[in-house]
Amino acid sequence: MVSSFKEALKSGKFVVTGEVAPPKGTNLEKFVHHIDLLKDKVDAMNVTDHQSSVMRFPSLGGALLVKERGGEPVLQMTCRDRNRLALQADLLFASSRGINNVLCLTGDSVMLGDHKEAKSVFDMDSSQLVATVRKMEKGKDLGGSDLDGGVSFCAGAIVTPEANPLEPQLIKFEKKIEAGAEFIQTQAVYDLDKFKDFMKYARQFPVKILAGVILLTSAPMARFMNKNIAGVNVPKELVDEMASAPKGGALAKGIEIAGRMIRRIHEEKMCDGVHIMAIGKEELIPDIMAAAGLD
Amino acid sequence: MIRSVTQQKPEQEIDRLLKGLDRVFIIGCGTCVTLTHTGGEPEVSAMKETLTQKGKLITGTLVVPVACDNLTGEMLKEFGKQIDQADALLIMTCAFGVQNIASQLKKMVIPGLNTLFIGKETAFGEFNEICTQCGTCIIGETGGICPVTSCHKGLVNGPCGGTDNGKCEIDKNKDCAWTLIYNRLKELGRLDCMRKYQPPRNHLGEPTPGKLRIEN
Repeated sequence: MVSSFKEALKSGKFVVTGEVAPPKGTNLEKFVHHIDLLKDKVDAMNVTDHQSSVMRFPSLGGALLVKERGGEPVLQMTCRDRNRLALQADLLFASSRGINNVLCLTGDSVMLGDHKEAKSVFDMDSSQLVATVRKMEKGKDLGGSDLDGGVSFCAGAIVTPEANPLEPQLIKFEKKIEAGAEFIQTQAVYDLDKFKDFMKYARQFPVKILAGVILLTSAPMARFMNKNIAGVNVPKELVDEMASAPKGGALAKGIEIAGRMIRRIHEEKMCDGVHIMAIGKEELIPDIMAAAGLD
Repeated sequence: MIRSVTQQKPEQEIDRLLKGLDRVFIIGCGTCVTLTHTGGEPEVSAMKETLTQKGKLITGTLVVPVACDNLTGEMLKEFGKQIDQADALLIMTCAFGVQNIASQLKKMVIPGLNTLFIGKETAFGEFNEICTQCGTCIIGETGGICPVTSCHKGLVNGPCGGTDNGKCEIDKNKDCAWTLIYNRLKELGRLDCMRKYQPPRNHLGEPTPGKLRIEN
């Protein structure tokens, strides 16, 4: 079955996806609220997989919930916690339940999360996971055995357009596309002129690109990302703009900036869509879309 | 030279392991642990001092030349009486030495060290793991730098998204293995090697536990 997200990507429309994070625990109230708020507004919802290696309700369960609430899920899968048997098994389960979009990630180190003493797996990497999806679609598992009942996925991966050095990152980007990635979400981009340079290069490949947009919530948060998040560079002018917001108005300023960036990406047709990450403030995604003129 | 790289166990853990064991014989080694200052003559003497102050009776100490060598057994025989008098042996060698000694004596052995990895002193006082002995060597395609060992995640297809200015996401002082490999391959004009897709690794290459029998 072709997923509605895949159709949206193929249609040539400006695609909007949003990120939702399952809770730490079984209280799904807020998570369901976010899903209900977004399901008719975005083309798909990414469900994070123990983001930053912090143990949570699983992405597979979260994606199933998105499906049950009538939304379109993108299942995020990292290679940090599962070996090739478990990853393939989860792909079979996802497919059987109508979850037909997957974002293949290597995953953060467990040392960044809240279970630092855990054993990390990394039996595979992101490009190998994409290749695994494609192999399974041909009716075989990685062991070479036949699958009784196939799978079909819209499979994607990520890239960091401002990685330093950049070329190794681009080589990996090309390997992911060669392995079969149909769409690529980028790490958050803030300098859109730099992003346009990246797109000039990326346009030569048969892949849809969704620009990553992280909502800035305060000037310190922007500075924190600059210092601690690999490949995220919030330019000084934007940090200053956040700092200039009146007391209590930082969030509104962040929404304004995100909306302005998305509007420009859209109007200048820089890429195929955006992936909005409003970490911890998912309920604001509709406001960001409104600020971008996408409502 | 390749060394077994060790670290002394925390004092509290040694205290816990020696609880109720009042007479202790201490063994060190003159090879790797001497180089890392974890189980040579000075460390064995210091341990004797520390434990004596804590009320333990040290029945003797011995620093063998190479604890993992079979000849260690002969040396232990010379100290048989002192060893017999001890409730336990506190062994300040790497785990190879501890196991070699344990296999030759009917005594409880207490390791005083944790064995971290097999590595090399790459700068004065700095030790690095060079090879994890994975059994499926790919350094012919990575410019002689091992990503299975040097990349925190053991990735074989290029860097992850955590690489930042040539450093690793787990430690700003740790070089990103894939930046090193990229620089080397670029210098050699062989970036084509990095573009080659590497399939998931074959973990059968590294039997668990490691075992090899040479057939004649």
